[in-house]
Amino acid sequence: MSARDEILARVREALAPAEVGSPAAEVGSGGAEVGPGYRTASGLDEDALVELLVDRLLDYRARVEVVTSDGLAEAIRTRLEGKRFVAPDGLPTSWLHPSLAEGRVTDSREAPVDVVRLDELDAVVTSSAVSIAETGTIVLDGSPDQGRRAISLVPDHHVCVVPVQTIVGIVPEGFARLDPTRPLTLISGPSATSDIELERVEGVHGPRTLDVIIAR
Amino acid sequence: MKIALFATCIVDAMYPRVAQATVQILERLGHKVVFPAGQACCGQMHLNSGYFREALPVVENHVRAFEAGFDSGDYDVAVAPSGSCVASVKHQHAMVARWALERGEKRADPTLEARAEAVGERTYELSQLLTDVLGVTDAAAQLGSYLPGTITYHPSCHGMRLLRLGDRPLSLLRTVEALDVVALPEADQCCGFGGTFSIKNADVSSAMLADKVANICGTGAGACAGGDVSCLMHIGGGLSREGRTTTAGTPVRTVHLAEVLASTHENPLRFDGELALAGGAR
Amino acid sequence: MSTVNLGLPRFPSGGPPRGFGNISATEPFPKAAHRELGNAQLRANLGHATHTIRDKRLRVVSELPDWEALREAGSAIKTEAMTRLPELLTQFEEQFTARGGTVHWARDAAEANRIVEELIRATGETEVVKVKSMATQEIGLNEYLDERGIAAFETDLAELIVQLGHDKPSHILVPAIHKNRTEIRDIFLEEMPDVDPELTDEPRRLAMAARAHLRKKFLSAKVAISGANFGIAETGTLGVVESEGNGRMCLTLPETLITVMGIEKVLPRAQDLEVFMQLLPRSSTGERMNPYTSLWTGATPGDGPQNVHVVLLDNGRTRALADQHGRSALHCIRCSACMNVCPVYERTGGHAYGSTYPGPIGAILSPLLTGVEAEENSSLPYASSLCGACFDACPVKINIPEILVYLRGEDVSGGTTGRRRRSLPSQMDLALGAASWALSSGDRLGLLEKGLPVARALAGRDEKISRLPGLGAGWTQSRDVPAPPSESFRNWWRKREKEAEKGTHE
Repeated sequence: MSARDEILARVREALAPAEVGSPAAEVGSGGAEVGPGYRTASGLDEDALVELLVDRLLDYRARVEVVTSDGLAEAIRTRLEGKRFVAPDGLPTSWLHPSLAEGRVTDSREAPVDVVRLDELDAVVTSSAVSIAETGTIVLDGSPDQGRRAISLVPDHHVCVVPVQTIVGIVPEGFARLDPTRPLTLISGPSATSDIELERVEGVHGPRTLDVIIAR
Repeated sequence: MKIALFATCIVDAMYPRVAQATVQILERLGHKVVFPAGQACCGQMHLNSGYFREALPVVENHVRAFEAGFDSGDYDVAVAPSGSCVASVKHQHAMVARWALERGEKRADPTLEARAEAVGERTYELSQLLTDVLGVTDAAAQLGSYLPGTITYHPSCHGMRLLRLGDRPLSLLRTVEALDVVALPEADQCCGFGGTFSIKNADVSSAMLADKVANICGTGAGACAGGDVSCLMHIGGGLSREGRTTTAGTPVRTVHLAEVLASTHENPLRFDGELALAGGAR
Repeated sequence: MSTVNLGLPRFPSGGPPRGFGNISATEPFPKAAHRELGNAQLRANLGHATHTIRDKRLRVVSELPDWEALREAGSAIKTEAMTRLPELLTQFEEQFTARGGTVHWARDAAEANRIVEELIRATGETEVVKVKSMATQEIGLNEYLDERGIAAFETDLAELIVQLGHDKPSHILVPAIHKNRTEIRDIFLEEMPDVDPELTDEPRRLAMAARAHLRKKFLSAKVAISGANFGIAETGTLGVVESEGNGRMCLTLPETLITVMGIEKVLPRAQDLEVFMQLLPRSSTGERMNPYTSLWTGATPGDGPQNVHVVLLDNGRTRALADQHGRSALHCIRCSACMNVCPVYERTGGHAYGSTYPGPIGAILSPLLTGVEAEENSSLPYASSLCGACFDACPVKINIPEILVYLRGEDVSGGTTGRRRRSLPSQMDLALGAASWALSSGDRLGLLEKGLPVARALAGRDEKISRLPGLGAGWTQSRDVPAPPSESFRNWWRKREKEAEKGTHE
């Protein structure tokens, strides 16, 4: 018998026949009629969402700025001026001031930048798919304006744009907007460790600076 | 109200003053106390040590000793001055009855589970009974409780986590006249007793005890109160072994909640020297 | 203890086979605990670390108004996943395969190690980078690969500390929790080739040293090995929850990714993540959210590893599953909250438990994976005062104290055979047997209590007993016994009743 068949046979043997496939689903998160029992919506308005997200990001020691969409290009420019940075090919061209053209390296799935090259760059700029205010979590889903996972990982400084309409209040609202089959990265602050005496230290292998620009 | 006292084996044999104090409190409130003579032990030590088979006759005896009085109307509720024993009666007795049946034990009794549940439902821990059933909110006013001194309180784990006693015992202590109740640091940490754990894992148990003793002594209180005599025997044994004394030079003691509440102007409990309540119940 | 139910054995064959690997105590717990308790530095480190994390956890848990509802949901989803496991595993396999991944099945530790080795060999590489993984610790993968000329580099900071220090993990979340900053600095100075000799013990400097040490490895690695926190049956998605970015490095940069996942990690729906991604970070590191979580589904063309494998591991899990009283131990999401609040763990540390899984969850999971009759793990269920702090902290509401008591029962009565394991009764057997007789009748207890005055006299003038023989010696090791009273309550009550009766007759 193959390992697969044997393990599946063991599992069936372990569960008494009556127990297999018992429809406990109603009490789980997918509970259709009863509802899950925990909160599924925060009911916060845009101002409150932005305020909460900013508070949580600052708590993680990320840098945060809230700008109007008119001011976005300028906010990005001040962060990347004079730096060599990578941007995904789907990033809106209007976000990048012409003066940044010289330092820009463009990455795409079709023409990926080598990892050693990425390591030599100063920064990366991406958009984001969803942000969860209550936990200060920004989610990248590999869309063309966010790019391959490697580009937001290797450079030491991540400039991340959060369009205000992508902000939700709580975790269930966030997952409801995501496609789980896309490569997802949930980012809550710069990389950190609590491995030394359980004290949090920001900045290990991932970008040591997380620079969030909320555009409303 | 007619109240059956479940003294518990350890109080009956080692700390009769705790049961006497319980009787005093209840009688002061005008209730009639009954002591079902067949009672012995809840079986918790056996159950928690895995000796289910040996626990079975102990549990059977407890159910038998208490159910008749409920049925005949001799008493309405039962009370024990012990959180862990009440937790065992409420949570473990029906379980062991089921175990015996399913395991095909010789002693298995198909009626025991339901009977055990019936007894468990009407059994209360002392602070639970006083607060939830008898409506005691002010120990000084309603019980005449008076005790000059400083005391701290250790909430035993089973009362805290299995019975969810919450702040009932502390609320009662805080209303005792002349008593200064000081907070115990790390109060929710187990004292390390744990029944046979104290013997099987004596080193770990002793390490836990040492920290509990240090925390108690750090408060400067003359005594540590509690609701579980077994934990108090363990803590008191540690205090005694370490020879811990207050700044006044008197030994730091352990004392049961019932003893504190029973203490009055006329007949106050003394922290120094002999702890027994002279005179007994009236 | 409401659900304990010990029916007749359902497995004439003896049930699914036990697991092997690093899931056994190597010596009885009390003996190991005695040694570890003697290490004052260890106790200081553990005391500091566990108290820090407890406070953090309490703070972020109390922030959520629906924490209890989330725990209920987490428990319900895990229960559902266990009862639907055959269906969910095959669904996971279909989905993972359809999206470009390859699924392997391993009956036990040895088979899993062999599969991983073959997959590495096929790439021609002799070095791999690893994301912290309990499953690969459990099967002893690093040691296995090392013996066969493949170097596995741990990339999680704490795992790196343990690996560089030639040590063993002592905690499932923070494997180097037993080391303080100065000890860590000393390990780095000794073992890291290019380390700055001026390295201080400031945590930030230490983290930077680890960053520099591992950077080249990440950028050049061709093969990575990971565990998984979740596997989603509905979509074939795998997830790793981490902090440092070493996980992202391993899951993103190499060409080949091999994930070893216990079969119990499968969840029915992607939506279930909304529950576990709230429960896990707050329970483990005491954060609202961990810095990084990666979710991947098979291979994504042009992004990340293209050669993607998962090894589904049994290694005793089906045996635990067959035990209807212990089964819920498999609900564990490896958050470590139970060990952080455990007063026993706080004092002994994780090494005392022997197994990869220490603390309260380890004390039930290890014996369930090896089978409760495995002698080497028989002392673990007793490594608890049953204080219940673990149950309160568990994000999926595993009733650890109840399972500990159940396992003690199995140990005492010899499991489902109903026969005692030991041929000769122990001192404890004799003592509790006699106590059962005495305590199952008010008359018998009353009779024994007649001896109280004698016992009181034996205690002598200082009214305490400081030394007892036999089992009692364990008690008097650190505690006096008070002198017994001169009469029992029962006796006092009888006299009082008689007097009262006289009073009414007069």
